[in-house]
Order: sequence, then C-alpha cells, then structure tokens
Amino acid sequence: MHSKFLVATYSDSESLLRGVRLAREKNFRIYDVFAPYPIHNLDHEMGVRRSRLPWVTFVVGCLALTFAVIFQFYTTVLDWPLNVGGKPDNSSLAFIPICFELTVLLSGLATVAALFLRAQLYPGKKELLFAEGVTNDKFALVLRQRDAGFDAHRAIRLLQESGAERITEKGVEP
Amino acid sequence: MSSTVIRVNGKAPAAVEEKIPVLPPPVWVDGNPSLREITDDIAHPLEGRPGKGWWICFGVAFAALLNLGGMVTWLFAKGIGIWGLNNSVGWAFDITNFVFWVGIGHAGTLISAILLLFRQQWRTSINRSAEAMTIFAVMCAGMFPAIHMGRPWDAFFIFPYFPNQRGPLWVNFRSPLVWDVFAISTYLTISLVFWYLGMIPDLATLRDRARGGIKKFIFRILSLGWNGSHRTWSRYEIVSLVLAGLATPLVLSVHSIVSMDFATSLLPGWHTTIFPPYFVAGAIYSGFGMVLTLLIITRSTMHLERYITTRHLDKMAKVTMLTGMIVSYAYLTEFFSAWYGGNLYERYHFINRATGPYAWCFYLMVLCNVITPHFMWFKKVRTSAALLFGISILVNIGMWFERFVIIVVSLHRAFLPSGWGMFYPTIFDVGILVGSFGLFFTCFLLFIRALPMIAIWEIKGVVAHGAHKMALSSEDEEVAVSA
Repeated sequence: MHSKFLVATYSDSESLLRGVRLAREKNFRIYDVFAPYPIHNLDHEMGVRRSRLPWVTFVVGCLALTFAVIFQFYTTVLDWPLNVGGKPDNSSLAFIPICFELTVLLSGLATVAALFLRAQLYPGKKELLFAEGVTNDKFALVLRQRDAGFDAHRAIRLLQESGAERITEKGVEP
Repeated sequence: MSSTVIRVNGKAPAAVEEKIPVLPPPVWVDGNPSLREITDDIAHPLEGRPGKGWWICFGVAFAALLNLGGMVTWLFAKGIGIWGLNNSVGWAFDITNFVFWVGIGHAGTLISAILLLFRQQWRTSINRSAEAMTIFAVMCAGMFPAIHMGRPWDAFFIFPYFPNQRGPLWVNFRSPLVWDVFAISTYLTISLVFWYLGMIPDLATLRDRARGGIKKFIFRILSLGWNGSHRTWSRYEIVSLVLAGLATPLVLSVHSIVSMDFATSLLPGWHTTIFPPYFVAGAIYSGFGMVLTLLIITRSTMHLERYITTRHLDKMAKVTMLTGMIVSYAYLTEFFSAWYGGNLYERYHFINRATGPYAWCFYLMVLCNVITPHFMWFKKVRTSAALLFGISILVNIGMWFERFVIIVVSLHRAFLPSGWGMFYPTIFDVGILVGSFGLFFTCFLLFIRALPMIAIWEIKGVVAHGAHKMALSSEDEEVAVSA
C-alpha cells in the first residue's frame, strides 16, 4: 500500500489559499494542508466539515451528570445514611456542586481523548512531515496521486500557477 | 443663490456615505516579524544558557523551596502545634495561603478561556505563561489543606474511592469542604489538560528545531506526532473552544465553592451571601496582580517586549482596576449589611475589624485593594512597567491580607467573649508561606527555561492574519482595507 503524494510548498498563506481554491475548482481532491497555525477560512475553502467532537462532550457530560447524581444518592441515602446536623439524607441541593464538577471534568477529559483518537495523536508517534518547515514558516498543499484519472502534469501546472515555491513528489510507506 | 446652497448640501452626504471610516485594527506584536522570526524569538531563550539574572532568581526560589521541605517535614513530625493556632483561631495562615493561591490561579483561566470566548487577541501573548501560573498556584494551594490536617498521611480520606476501605462510610457530600476537593482537583486537571493541549503545536515546532539527542526525543514524545495537518487543526480549534466553554463556568465555580467553605458556617464575618461573587472578583484581581508581576519581570529578562507590549500591560491594568473596584464595592456592602441587618454579633465583628487589634491589617488591605486600583485611571501608570510592577506587588499584599482579615479576624472574636483569643504567627507559619512562594517561583522559572512561554502558533495566527480578519466581520473587511 505505497501511496504517492504531490506536495506543493508555499511561503505565505495567501498563495496557499489560492492553490487550494484553484485545485478545488479543477476538481482535485485535497488530501490535506499543513501549516504552522490554523489558517482563517481554510476549512471552508478545503470543504472540511465542522468537527462533530462536541457531541462527545455532550454525551459524556450527560453520562457524568447521571453518574454524579446516582453516586451521591446511593452513598448518602442507600449505602450509609448519616445524620449530619439534621440535614435530610437526600440533600439534593447540596449535591449540585459535585454534579457540576464531575460533569466538567469527565466531559473535558473525554473530549480531549476523542480528539487524540480521531487525529491519531499519541506519545511516541513518528511525525509524518510532508515538507520541511511546516511547523515553522512554510505551508504545504498535498494532493494524493491515487485514482487512475489523476493528471499529474495538470496538477503541477496548476500548483505552479498558484505561486508554489517548490513542488515535489513524495512516497509514503504506510 | 439659495438654490445652489441646497444642491451642495444634497450632494455632500452621498459622497461621505461611500466610505465609512473603520477604526484601524489593533496591533499586538511590534515590528511585524516574519513567521520564522517569531519562532526564533520565542524559542531562543530555551536554547541558550540561562543568564545571571535567572540563576539568582532560581537560587533564591530554590532556597525557599528547600526551606519549605524542611519546615513541612518538621510539621509532620511535631504536628500543627508548631503553628500559632489555638482554640479560638483554628485556621490562620494555612487556609489564608490556600485561598490566596487558589485566587492567583484564576487569572490564568480567565485569560485562556474567557478571553478566548470573547475573541480578545491580546491574550495570545500572555495566555501560556498565565496558564502555567494557574497550575503552579493551584499546586501551592492544594498543598495547604493537605498539610493542615492533623494526620496528613490520611489525606486521601477526602476522596471517595473504590473499594471503600472505611467500611460503607463515605465522605459527607453535603459539606463544602468535600465540594472543594472536587472543585480544586477538577480545576487542576482541566487547567493542566488545556495548557498541554495548547502547547502541542509548539512542542512540535521545538521538536523540528532540535538537532537531535535527548531534546528531540523528549519533544517527540510530548508533541504526539503533530505535523500541522489542517484537518487536525480544524478539530483542534473546536476542542479548544469546547474546553474554554467548560473552563469558564469552572473557574467561576471554583472560588465560589472556596467561599462557601466560609459562607455556609454561622460565624459573623463569614456567614454572608455576598461571598461567591466577592471571592471570584478578588481572585481575578489578585491573579492579574500576579500575572503583571511575573510578566513584567520575564518580558524584560527574556527580551520579549516585542510580544508583551505596553498595550498588553494596559489591558491587564484595566482588568485589575475593574475587579479592584468590584472588590471595594463588596467591602462596602459587607459593612452596610452588618449595620442594616441589625445582628449584634455581625455588627460587632465589623466594628472590631476596623478598630480591633487587627485593624492595621484591615487598613493595609483597604490601602492596597481600594485605593491602589485608582492610580490606574491614568494611562501613564497603565503603560509604565515600573509603576505597574509596584502596583502589582501591592495588589498581592492586599489580597493576602484580605484573606487574613476574613479568616483570622472573624475567628478571633466570635460569639462569647470567653472564647476570644489572639493569633500570633510563629516562624513556621511565615516560613511555610515563604516556602510556598519558593515552590511557585521554582516551577515558574523552570517553565520559562524548558517550554515556550508564549504560544508561538497563536502569535503567528494573530500576526499573519493582520488582526483585522478576526477582529472585524467579513463585511467590514474591504472597507478597512480600502481605508
């Protein structure tokens, strides 16, 4: 499963955006863009869908809230009811702060864990850099030479037109 | 003749309407550096050898940390009797320091989370170090409840855990002290995650700068294989927003819950409903004081004036002034309610606060927290690093004394005069307070040597987008460019 990529390197985000726009107009599918910072409006230009990760926050938040309510009720009402200052066993109002804290804690941790899973970020991973300097001052637009209809010459011409500094081919072993 | 005048008047507004003047976008980095220069400037302090100034600061801080270690060891050996506590005043420096340090942490979360939601771009230069400050301050805070227990080796009893080795007996979930355990540990965890998440792209930048060896190895592990993919950036930004949204109510809840440790008791001076907002405002006030102290020192010693400009100092000074005035208002309200409420004990407490044996603490607090903020009405003060440094120190002193006044002055003369007493700190009280500063500054000094203290990628975004794309809506953009 050897994949071949066409990598165009830019030194400013305007030409990169121009490249993305041109490539999309000419029906090339953009594999990815690599940049040292999140470029304004690039999601829209690349046609990236808005991430659904907030659903993880919502679902885990609901579960955590349920857990916090049940846990506090179980310990103070069922497992060991204890009279403290004559307060009722089920002092539900007093349970609110811990319900809130547990909801925030577990949904926050779950969201970050989901991001790491989805983006495949984990300690010890060998970074796959398509061009030198994409974490410093370079921008790279990457097209995948996968389907039979991929016209490499047309793609290179198009990327040159958009103001790419360098265009290279890169093969990546999976 | 009159008809020509009318024609001129009719034409003039049409010409004006074409160009609506738009305020120039704010510039948060001086000298318009290139992307490479930004990386070099911020990564530079991490690559050379530390200067003399850093070693002196580190030496002092580390000595204080060693002192903390020694004193806490002695405390564990002898018990909390080595402090100046007595039957009347059962909480003094320990809980004062706890509330003080938790408060310091709040500015970091305010800057990183609340200002992110408000799209305030000036946060980008200061958020990383402010978040680091939060984490170290919460660490210092967390230490105090643990060491003030009679048996600190049983400190884990404050957490409910499975399997429950205390039989079926659980912690008391109705107690604000247990809420506090959950609030502080959640706050520390979420702050740590937020801080680390924000640092991953910068760790990747440092990894790619490192020529090899142990440095590259460590940064490679920490940066989790980050390669700048925009598909990841897109998700990353959403997750940052979600975390900011979670951290915003969290930061408000933490000091509210800390204040409930006091407010749910019946003690005059503690038993008031104003405490949660009053504590949160005070926390942000003291936190910004500490951010100013730290950043004014580091920007000059690390030569980062280009990124932490006087305009940043001006913004922080404004937040400090506003929260200082909220705190002053809370002081007034407390006195008013004591008088208007008509409760004998409450009234006596406030008379005692202003005229009793600890009145000097009260007046020092008023001087630092009520009068000092008003110097910041002047732009000259807000943009002078030296003056702001002085003010920030006063803010820190004032807020420490505010907590001392609330805790010790309320306890030392509560209801029955036969239960009255005085608190005098011993050398161990003072030594552990100084030691907590040692822990804080040691961590902070190591942080600025080992990790990028300014968010490189966020600065790049702000500089490259020329600020106006994010500051203005897209319709305004063209007008701004043409104007």
